[in-house]
Amino acid sequence: MNELIKSIQVSIWFMFLTFPIMVIRVNAIEKSVIWRWENLALVGVGSFVLSFIWRWALRRKEAGDAAAASGGKEAGRLSALLENPALRLPIQVVLLAVFCTIPLFVTTYQTNILISFLLYVVLGLGLNVIVGVAGLLFLGHAAFYAIGAYSYALLNQYFGLGFWVALPIGGVVAALAGVALAFPVLRLRGDYLAIVTLGFGEIVRLLLENFSDITGGPSGISNIPRPGLLDMQLSVAGANIYIYYIVLALALVTIVAVTRLKDSRIGRALQALREDEIACEAMGIDRVGVKLMAFGLGTAWAGFAGVVFAAKTTFINPASFTFFESAIILSIVVLGGMGSNLGVILGSAFLVLLPEYMRAFSEYRMILFATAMVLMMVFRPQGLIPEKRKTYTVSDPELNAATGGQN
Amino acid sequence: MDWQYFTELFLGGLTRGSIYALIAIGYTMVYGIIELINFAHGEVYMLGAFMGLIVAGVLGILGFPAPAILVIAAVVAIIYCAGYGYTMEKIAYKPLRGAGRLSPLISAIGMSLFLQNYIILAQTSDFLPFPRLIPDFDFLEPVAHVFGSSDFVIVATSALFMAGLTVFIKYTKMGKAMRATAQNRKMAMLLGVDSDKVISITFILGSSLAALGGVLIASHVGMVNFAIGFLAGIKAFTAAVLGGIGSIPGAMLGGLFLGLSESFATGYISSDYEDVFAFTLLVVFLIFRPSGIMGKAKVEKV
Repeated sequence: MNELIKSIQVSIWFMFLTFPIMVIRVNAIEKSVIWRWENLALVGVGSFVLSFIWRWALRRKEAGDAAAASGGKEAGRLSALLENPALRLPIQVVLLAVFCTIPLFVTTYQTNILISFLLYVVLGLGLNVIVGVAGLLFLGHAAFYAIGAYSYALLNQYFGLGFWVALPIGGVVAALAGVALAFPVLRLRGDYLAIVTLGFGEIVRLLLENFSDITGGPSGISNIPRPGLLDMQLSVAGANIYIYYIVLALALVTIVAVTRLKDSRIGRALQALREDEIACEAMGIDRVGVKLMAFGLGTAWAGFAGVVFAAKTTFINPASFTFFESAIILSIVVLGGMGSNLGVILGSAFLVLLPEYMRAFSEYRMILFATAMVLMMVFRPQGLIPEKRKTYTVSDPELNAATGGQN
Repeated sequence: MDWQYFTELFLGGLTRGSIYALIAIGYTMVYGIIELINFAHGEVYMLGAFMGLIVAGVLGILGFPAPAILVIAAVVAIIYCAGYGYTMEKIAYKPLRGAGRLSPLISAIGMSLFLQNYIILAQTSDFLPFPRLIPDFDFLEPVAHVFGSSDFVIVATSALFMAGLTVFIKYTKMGKAMRATAQNRKMAMLLGVDSDKVISITFILGSSLAALGGVLIASHVGMVNFAIGFLAGIKAFTAAVLGGIGSIPGAMLGGLFLGLSESFATGYISSDYEDVFAFTLLVVFLIFRPSGIMGKAKVEKV
């Protein structure tokens, strides 16, 4: 009964709150008002039901927290399945085979979607190095995507460089820009760092917009050549499939590199820095050097992805690299699970493939992602597939006895 | 030196700065109490402008006189935005208390995107014209070309509300509780301050001021769009940082400083780089003087 009253209160509150925006629509030119009362009913019923779920989920979360505190362990079934070593290799082989052959069966349109999916995988994995592994909230990833794209476009326009020459250059330029940005901002604390990187991202975009003599301003650069295959003239569809394989290769390289990075000396240093900077410095980790490395390694992938993006669309303008783009990449990382590479891949699948294949719901795409971002932070901050932490078991009976066998 | 031009820029900067200050106060109060950059604050300002537009549209059709519409629109916008601020805190930030710094920030970004898309879906993504509600004052006739009646209303209303806020913070019991919570939340709770209530009040006050700013600027500029909150939010945050985040007089000064310097920079250097200038100021200040113009550097304890 109590629950019911609470939900009714919530429902009335939301009906009141959303009334002007949801119900009234003013047409200032025709001087008429459209009343959309059906929306009010929708909000009322929706918030009534959701408030039950919300409270149930909150209670469940609190119970879960309590269980975790008392030493209970919750293992996700999905991640357990994925971590099973016996299944791992077959799954990888099957997935690889599917991805290698898929463009031969589907239309150009579908291939395009897959290309953008893989691009987001590369972008997400790059950002994951900075946000997930190193724990530095970075809101300017799109700027480095732009730097990569513009490197190729400009080098091609002014110096006639081809795709394959521009690809490494784009990555290196983005990495250098990342290090250059990171250098002054490293001493900032988490949330200030986020805002500075956001500011930097916007500055890059505004500069691209305003240096119209060189960058073409808001109208961007068009006629960027697609990559050529051994001097062959490819058809549009053929070029698309070719780009698909390039992105696939890039994504595979990224996955391998990022996974290896996480277990490397630098990767471990980064994860340690994320947990406790002061303890790390006491252990002799070069804080500045390692963080610079994180920025460089993260933004380089954005640069590579940018070059490929420019080659794929053959047209770029600053409007493709707004804060919105950074927010999407960030939500990929957050939804997938910060620090978890598998999570990032699934996250980009979610964000790119779902709206493409569910057209009816594409209008609601952004609002659903935004909701998911908030809900994820509230109920499952570790993401869809949480990062698997390395655990070490100690086989010292004395130590086990001392800690009560909990380790 | 051209004094005429200088005054023009100065007064333009003053109007701009008052709005930045109104929004910046919300950022700074929230940051002072729960150390969260409320990313969705700019969106509350945008919501305020939309509420104002809707109320003005309905009342305009009913034939109310313009000044009455302005007052009613502002009051309704303030009430609703206070409600939005309150609800936002309950949904997106309260369950995350004590969850580190990054989670609430990401949640705030989600909230900001949510509110933008809420407006796109429920209203429109187009630019909407906002009716001119501020009448021409006779006593401003001689200076109307540089300082119109809407400039006057903006500066005067902002000054009035900021003065009111200062009095509230300084002399009421709730204000005292807010200052205590900002100084040391745990200690304040031990002394019987209801910190949940203080945080709610903070969000309500900040959102109200942002809503007021939204209505005022919308009637000044004459345009409303779902995206206006982002830029205004970032600039107001810059203002809060300039003044030393967490300090309310700092936010007011920072807002004026940013408004004036932006106005002079666009007037004397180039108007293409208006936004670049604000962002650069933000980055430079955060890097070299994160405690703001007047703030004292805080020593972080280990």
